[in-house]
Amino acid sequence: METSEPLLDVRDLAVHFPIKRGLVLDRTVGHVYAVDGVSLHIGRGETYGLVGESGCGKSTLGRAILRLVDLTTGQVTFDGVDVAQLKGEQLRTMRRRFQMVFQDPMSSLDPRQSVESLLTEGMKAHGLSRGPAADGARLRELVDSVGLPAGALRRYPHEFSGGQRQRIGIARALSVEPDLIVADEPVSALDVSVQAQVLNLLGRLQSELGLTYLVIAHDLAVVRHVSDRVGVMYLGGLVEEAPSQELYDDPQHPYTRALLSAVPVPDPELEDHRERILLTGDLPSPAAPPAGCRFHTRCPWRQPTRCDDERPALRVIAGAPAGHRVACHFAEDIRSGRLQPHRVDVEAVDDVLAPGAVPDLPGSVTEILGR
Amino acid sequence: MTALLEVRDLQVAFTRRREPDTVAVDGVSFDVAPGQVVGLVGESGCGKSVTSLAIMRLLPARGVRVSGSVRMDGTDLLTLSGSEMRARRGRDLSMVFQDPLSSLNPVIPIGLQVTEVLRRHRGMAGDKARQAAAELLERVGIPDPRRRLDSYPHQLSGGMRQRALIAIALACQPRLLIADEPTTALDVTIQAQILGLLSELVRETGAALIMITHDLGVVAGLCEAVNVLYGGRIVERAQRHRLFATPRHPYTHGLLRSIPRLDAPPGEELEAIRGSVVDNLPWAHACAFAPRCPRAIETCTEVTPVAETSGGRLLRCHNPVPANAE
Repeated sequence: METSEPLLDVRDLAVHFPIKRGLVLDRTVGHVYAVDGVSLHIGRGETYGLVGESGCGKSTLGRAILRLVDLTTGQVTFDGVDVAQLKGEQLRTMRRRFQMVFQDPMSSLDPRQSVESLLTEGMKAHGLSRGPAADGARLRELVDSVGLPAGALRRYPHEFSGGQRQRIGIARALSVEPDLIVADEPVSALDVSVQAQVLNLLGRLQSELGLTYLVIAHDLAVVRHVSDRVGVMYLGGLVEEAPSQELYDDPQHPYTRALLSAVPVPDPELEDHRERILLTGDLPSPAAPPAGCRFHTRCPWRQPTRCDDERPALRVIAGAPAGHRVACHFAEDIRSGRLQPHRVDVEAVDDVLAPGAVPDLPGSVTEILGR
Repeated sequence: MTALLEVRDLQVAFTRRREPDTVAVDGVSFDVAPGQVVGLVGESGCGKSVTSLAIMRLLPARGVRVSGSVRMDGTDLLTLSGSEMRARRGRDLSMVFQDPLSSLNPVIPIGLQVTEVLRRHRGMAGDKARQAAAELLERVGIPDPRRRLDSYPHQLSGGMRQRALIAIALACQPRLLIADEPTTALDVTIQAQILGLLSELVRETGAALIMITHDLGVVAGLCEAVNVLYGGRIVERAQRHRLFATPRHPYTHGLLRSIPRLDAPPGEELEAIRGSVVDNLPWAHACAFAPRCPRAIETCTEVTPVAETSGGRLLRCHNPVPANAE
């Protein structure tokens, strides 16, 4: 899969949101460490899945790659160009090549614009318009490729069902002929029976148009299904990265194991005999991430001192394939079974600053931005 | 076997002036035995939540027409007066909702919201109620329960709020608990905690549980009998092992094949169900699922399928998936 140089190369990306307080002085009283040191690369034509629970920073990472939020530090190299340094017109032009598909198709489509106008807006902005006749043909081709009838062009977003709206969102992203599509929870707002339609559509478009995807979702089953490689995030950092089948067959990070064991499977036989790793407690606040390994407060395999003091880096452990990286000091011992899980007592997650100053408990960026 | 709850021919219609009624739930019948875990599964708009609200008598009085019967201990809940129903709600049957933030009062501390139930139904007061509330919070796994009694809902995380809501629902040891998508708003690791807690509490207290969810995975691990709803009617019912091993209704069958499974090899094309619920036909003279059904035959768009029970399985279909197909 890693043929030539990657299409997207992210190095040490961090996004810290300041927490401000005070009416006049507007002091910064702390930071939400939404993304804190993530490095990953995505090859051409590949689908990279990012999975994690709310508040882990996966959406922020996706938005930072597209420069929809400002990076605190780090590099984002897209096709050889450092996107993080781009400004103004250069950035605008570059944006044609990476597009986003949002979670909620109702709030990401302007209700007052017809589908035709939604789809031509981007084409015009990027100078892809080639006169009315050619545009008309292009639009019909677009709606056809996402499985909508040509008559859809004259209609408005509210006239469509959720699944169809998501198709419009995908058509809009495709209208400017991008190379990379970042899909943030593309199916989580849809009904189960419709999710499969949209997932199949994304797969078909990829093989037809040679697209590269970054799929962000909380649903591990969805992510694993569509992705070639999967990265698991916890509190702003990647804890494990592996080809998707490998991740399921041989999860190495304790968090990945817990996540995999927590996903319900629609099979009673399996459900009855599954071994579950139940995590205790909640996600710590990203405004005060634990020192050392971020997962140590909930980890059933935590070992004294090293886990609390030293933040593990992503590495390949002995005996694992090169594409499988894990950020755990004791991954070898856990894998061989030399370390056994122990009980974890729930620590009441305490408010970091004064109550109310910070979204005092796990707040995802989606929530914070929605407020 | 005597049932704890008998729902018979429940129909809920929303009425509007000068417009045809919208029938949300149509002829739903099922039993819940004491201590049994029963699942109601379906997608949005299938009537699963309306069914639970009708059982709890929580639908608004105006603009809604409810018919059929909901018997608990021989009494039809639908015929009780408002105050008689209030006396039962929380004591005999109670409910856990999907979104704990909007079902807890944001300006009242958690402790008061738990003691409210204890005061009303068990006549507890003062320190005794507070003590009992703290024990309840501890029982549902809230750390440091004494301190949390004084917390407001916004100071708790989503999982903790859901635990608090469960504590309130279980405060009077009801014999029936209805959980409407109790884990949908939660992350998977927290979902696993809450589901574990629910099944543990149900086992311990002997309460029956009606689990309402869209997630077949949740049902697979938890419910003994599973009812699959589509367009307001039960289209298939069976014990969970049988239902998942040999789904007979094309909708159940399609649903199971369309979800990406964690244990399946990735990258395969999913077998999607075509169309969406807006394509539904009215049940009055057809099968609602017919336009989306891969097995639809002519009869499906002309005759309403009736629910037939054989060998412990209820099925409402003209052309079901053969039992040995796989």
